[in-house]
Amino acid sequence: MAAAGTRRPTNRLALGGLLALPLMWLVVAYLGSLVVLFAAAFWHFDALITFQVQKTWSLENFRALWDQDVYRTVTLRTVGIAAAVTVLDAVLAFPLAWFMAKFAGQRSRAILTVAILMPLWSSYLVKVLAWRLLLSDSGVIAGILEPFGTHGPGFSNTGVWLVMSYIWLPYMILPVYVGFERLPDALLEASGDLGARNWTTFRHVVLPLVFPSLVAGSIFTFSLTLGDYIAVAQIGSGNQFIGSLVYSDFGTNVPLAAAYAMVPVAIMIVYLLVARRLGAFSSL
Amino acid sequence: MTQRWLKGAAALLVVGLTAAACGGSDSGGSSAPAASGEGSGSAAAASTSAEVLGGTMPTSIGAGEGKLNLVVWPGYAEDGSTDKNYNWVGPFQQETGCQVTSKVAATSDEMVQLIHTGQYDGVSASGNASTRLILAGDAAPVNVDLIKNYADLSGFLKDQPYNTYKGTHYGIPHGWGANLLMWRPDIVKPDPDSWGAVFDANSPYKGKVTAYDDPIYIADAALYLKATQPDLGITDVYELTDDQFNAAVDLLKTQRGLIGQYWNDYTKLISASTAGDTVIGTSWQIIANLINADTKNPPVKAIVPKEGSTGWSDTWMVYSKAKNPNCMYLWLDFITRPDIQSQVATWFGEAPANPKACDVIAKSDPTFCDTFHATDQAFYDSVAFWKVPLPDCGDARGATCKGYDAWLQAWQSIKG
Repeated sequence: MAAAGTRRPTNRLALGGLLALPLMWLVVAYLGSLVVLFAAAFWHFDALITFQVQKTWSLENFRALWDQDVYRTVTLRTVGIAAAVTVLDAVLAFPLAWFMAKFAGQRSRAILTVAILMPLWSSYLVKVLAWRLLLSDSGVIAGILEPFGTHGPGFSNTGVWLVMSYIWLPYMILPVYVGFERLPDALLEASGDLGARNWTTFRHVVLPLVFPSLVAGSIFTFSLTLGDYIAVAQIGSGNQFIGSLVYSDFGTNVPLAAAYAMVPVAIMIVYLLVARRLGAFSSL
Repeated sequence: MTQRWLKGAAALLVVGLTAAACGGSDSGGSSAPAASGEGSGSAAAASTSAEVLGGTMPTSIGAGEGKLNLVVWPGYAEDGSTDKNYNWVGPFQQETGCQVTSKVAATSDEMVQLIHTGQYDGVSASGNASTRLILAGDAAPVNVDLIKNYADLSGFLKDQPYNTYKGTHYGIPHGWGANLLMWRPDIVKPDPDSWGAVFDANSPYKGKVTAYDDPIYIADAALYLKATQPDLGITDVYELTDDQFNAAVDLLKTQRGLIGQYWNDYTKLISASTAGDTVIGTSWQIIANLINADTKNPPVKAIVPKEGSTGWSDTWMVYSKAKNPNCMYLWLDFITRPDIQSQVATWFGEAPANPKACDVIAKSDPTFCDTFHATDQAFYDSVAFWKVPLPDCGDARGATCKGYDAWLQAWQSIKG
C-alpha cells in the first residue's frame, strides 16, 4: 500500500478521470446536502397562517432549541445512551478482539469473524423487529425472567441501549481487532523479559497501543447511536431521541428540524477532534 | 444535459400555452403558481380566476395520463393484496388506464410533507391537513361539477371548513368516522365506557396504555376535559385558549406516565395489541377490524365513549401542480361511486360519503350504515372532526387561541 501511495501518477488526465466521479459524489451529495441543511436551519416556517417555509434569515430556530427544555433533555438523553452503548461495546469487544488477534487459531478466527459479521448481513430493520419480539411483554426475555419476578427491560431506554449495543458491536470489534493485530508480540515479550507482570504489561504496553483503536471504534458506535431513530421508535418507551425528534420535526417544521440536525453534527465534530488528539485516525 | 434542455423547453412551451389561457398565474411570494407544472398541459383549458389559492380549476376532464400517484391513509387504496375481496385500485386501473401508485402515510403531518415534495397527484386529507394544504397553495381548487357523483354525497359533508375555503371547493368528501377507545376485553375488566380509562393516573394498566402520536391528540384530552371539567368552558377542542390548552397538556403529561408506547403506524398498534404490550388506548375501526379478522389474535373491542369522540372527515384533494390531473379527477369520480364507496366504507369501517352506498352494503350487512350513522347528521355534528388549530378562535374570543405551532411544541414536550 505504501508503495502505491508514493508512486507518481503517470497520466494525470487518467487519474483525474478516475477520481472525478467519487470526488463529485463527495462534494455534491455529501457536502452539498450538509450545506443545504445548514442553510435551511436559518429559514422560518410559518405554522400559523401560510404553513409554508419562508426564506428569511434568522436565528429563531436555534433560539427555540435553547428555549424549549425538550431539546436539551432529548440531547442529553441521546448522548448518554450513545456513551453507554460505546462503553458496553468496548467492554464486549476488547477481550474478544484480543483473543481473535493473539490466541485464536486460523480456523476459530475465521469462525469468529463470520459470527461477528453475520448480523451485518441481515437487514437492520429485521434485527430491530426481532428484538421487539424478544423484549415484548409476551416475549422470550420476559418469559425467561418471569420466574425471577421481573420482566426484563421491556420497551424502555434500557432496551434501546441493549439493542443499539448489539447492532453496532461489529463496528467496535473490527477496529480493535486490527489494533491488536498491529501490536507486535515482541513488545509483549520484551515487557515480560524486563520483569513486568501480565497486568503491568497490559496497563503500560497493550492498553496505550490499542487505545486509539478503541477510540476509532467508538466513533462508529457513538455516531451511529446518535443518529438512530428506527430502533428508538420500535424499542423505546416513547421517549424521544435526537433522530426521532428530527424526524418528527421534519414532518412539520423543516427549518427547525434542520437546526436541530446541526446539534449532532456539532457534537460529532467535537468528538472527532478529541478522537484525533487520541490518535484514532492513524489506527483506522 | 441535452435531455434537461429539451425538458426545460417543453415545460416553457406548456407554460406559455397555459399562460395564454389564464393570464399571469404566479400569485406572488412562494405560494403555488397556477397549474403550470410540466405535464399539466394536457389538462383541459383552465378558467380565469387567478385569485384563488392553489391556481385554477379545469372545466372538463381530459384523457387520462396513464399514471396516478396518491398519498393515502392506510386502507384507502386497496389493490387486493391485503384481502383479495377488497380491490378497487384494480378496477380503476382497468377502467381508466391510470396505473396507481399509493404511498401510505401515518399522520396528517406526514401527508402534508409528502404532498409538498411535489411527487404526488392527490391525497386523502383529513381536516387537520386539508386547511394547511389549501393555505400553503398545495391544494388545487376542485371543479365539483365534473364529478358525476358529487350531487349524491351527503349534504352535511359539503361546504365544510375541511374541504371548502372562502366558498371554493378543494376536494371531494371520501368518508368519515370517529376515533375509538379500543381495549382487550380479556385483560381490561369491566368494559370501559369513558375516555377516563386512558387518563386515570391510577390506572391498573399503567405501561400498557397507548395514544395516537400526533399533536392533534391534544384535542382528545380537551374533549375529555370538556365533559369532565365544565369550568374550563371548552367549546371547540381545536380552538383552545391558554387555560384550556394548559389543562389539556397537563392531563397528557399525567397520561405520559401510563403510556407504554405511542403509535401512529397502524401496524405497530396491531402487533402491540396482539402481543399484549398495549391493552387499551385510542384506535381506529380498521385496526380493530384487522385484529379481529384473524381468529388467532386476542380479540379487541372498540367504542365511542360517553364523552363523544374526535374524528376525521376525509377529503380527496388534488395537488396544485399535479402531473396527472386528469387521472386524479377520474379517481375522484370513481372513488365516490356507490359500489366503490361500499367497499371503501366496509373495509375501513367508516361512514361512506355517498349514502347510495348504503343500499349496496345493505345487501350483505343491513345494519352497517346505522352502526356508522352514515346518514345521521345529528351524530355527524356531535363528532369533533380534526381540523387545523388556528390562532383565530373563529368566534367571539377573537385571536386568543393557540395556533398549530404551540400544539407542535407542546406535543414534543409531552413526549419528552
